[in-house]
Amino acid sequence: MQPNLFSSAHLTVSQLTFRIRKLLEGDLELQDVWVEGEISNLSRPASGHIYFTLKDKNASLRCVMWKTDAARLRLALQEGAAIEAHGRIAVYEPQGQYQLIVNLIQARGEGELYQEFLRLKAMLEAEGLFDIDRKRPTPELPRLIGIVTSQTGAALRDMLNTLRRRLPVAKVILAASPVQGVEAPPALVNALRSINNQNPDVILLARGGGSIEDLWAFNDERVVRAVVDSKAPVICGVGHETDFTLCDFAADLRAPTPTAAAELATPITILDLGAELLTVRARLTDLVLNLLAEQKAVILSLAARLKYVSPERSIQTATQHLDELARRAFSALGHRIQLQAAHVDGISKRLGSLNPQGVLSRGYAIITRKDDGLVVSKVAQARGEMQVRVSDGEFEVKK
Amino acid sequence: MAKSSSKKSEKPAEDLSYEEAMVELEGIVDSLEGEQSPLEDAMKLFERGQALVTRCSDLLEAAQLKVQKLAGETLIPFEDESE
Repeated sequence: MQPNLFSSAHLTVSQLTFRIRKLLEGDLELQDVWVEGEISNLSRPASGHIYFTLKDKNASLRCVMWKTDAARLRLALQEGAAIEAHGRIAVYEPQGQYQLIVNLIQARGEGELYQEFLRLKAMLEAEGLFDIDRKRPTPELPRLIGIVTSQTGAALRDMLNTLRRRLPVAKVILAASPVQGVEAPPALVNALRSINNQNPDVILLARGGGSIEDLWAFNDERVVRAVVDSKAPVICGVGHETDFTLCDFAADLRAPTPTAAAELATPITILDLGAELLTVRARLTDLVLNLLAEQKAVILSLAARLKYVSPERSIQTATQHLDELARRAFSALGHRIQLQAAHVDGISKRLGSLNPQGVLSRGYAIITRKDDGLVVSKVAQARGEMQVRVSDGEFEVKK
Repeated sequence: MAKSSSKKSEKPAEDLSYEEAMVELEGIVDSLEGEQSPLEDAMKLFERGQALVTRCSDLLEAAQLKVQKLAGETLIPFEDESE
């Protein structure tokens, strides 16, 4: 087209730029817009403002985020990151450039996913699937623990290490399943169903940390319903502390991480079991010692009673009586014996005075005839050989 | 539950799982605490209790987490590389 060289409508650069600015900044849609693209030329000067370019295959857009909005930014911006930026289009007149003044940034897809998350959450909530009174208590001492997670993830390793440390007497059954991607939801549903057939005491449904998309399988309606339908109580430990999935809401217990899920599944540890065993053993010993002591007391008391009623006692009484009689008899006898003894003594003294020996010691002699032994007490009786007995011996005489 | 231990045919303590042994052990303690049983029975219960305590503590000391994996509906051993 041939320009009209003589047109009267000449504009200065400023006028034109201002007109463009009015046009762009007057467009309400451009003043409240979400744009998606990849970050490049990221620059964070000391001013605190953030400058970058959003790109896709065919175009690029200069962006700036002022310091005040940048301070509220929760996402770590990286070169090449796919994001969604919200803001308004403005024209920077000195450079003749239009740019997006960004006030919000989120990871790409996050917004839609979040809307979907909220919609599904509201629906399932209304159905009562997240009600508190649906929650079942998890066992204090599970014997069989089911695990549904990826066979290759760190989550499995963390959970097994935790269980090994806390409750190695338990048994574990793993139902491995992919935990992200389109195949994950049906596989997780299948794993939950199969593991329930093994009648575990509790099921750990877990996955390590990741982006919101990575965790998305745990917001899938099919998986949420499989958690609700599980016969065994489910402890859900997906992602990190700050990640909440619909499975967390549906589970009987929510754990912030897979490791925490394994901890919550084992409130009683092997240390507690050891302590309990010691207590039981002490109780058992005490009981038996008490029992034996009681029995001993009973025996002692019986023995005492037996002694009281036994013939031994009447024998004792009789013996005592007998002793008493004997003592009395003896004492009576003794008295008489004393009397007798005194009597005998008297007689003996009298007898002593009659002893011829006594007379002899006073100088008398006894003379007997040798032939017939007659004691010579008259002169007429003296004849022949005679024996003379004095106090200390004898000699012979002749007439 | 006090009568439990003496009624059923007793498995050797070595064949019991931790939980089985513990349940029986608690039954024995309850029984000893409760009714007055003849001394001979009580001593038998005590001996059984001691065997169960030994069984439990052996199991605790030797415990190693047993991990199996579901392949379809059947259980196969799981090789845990982190061990």
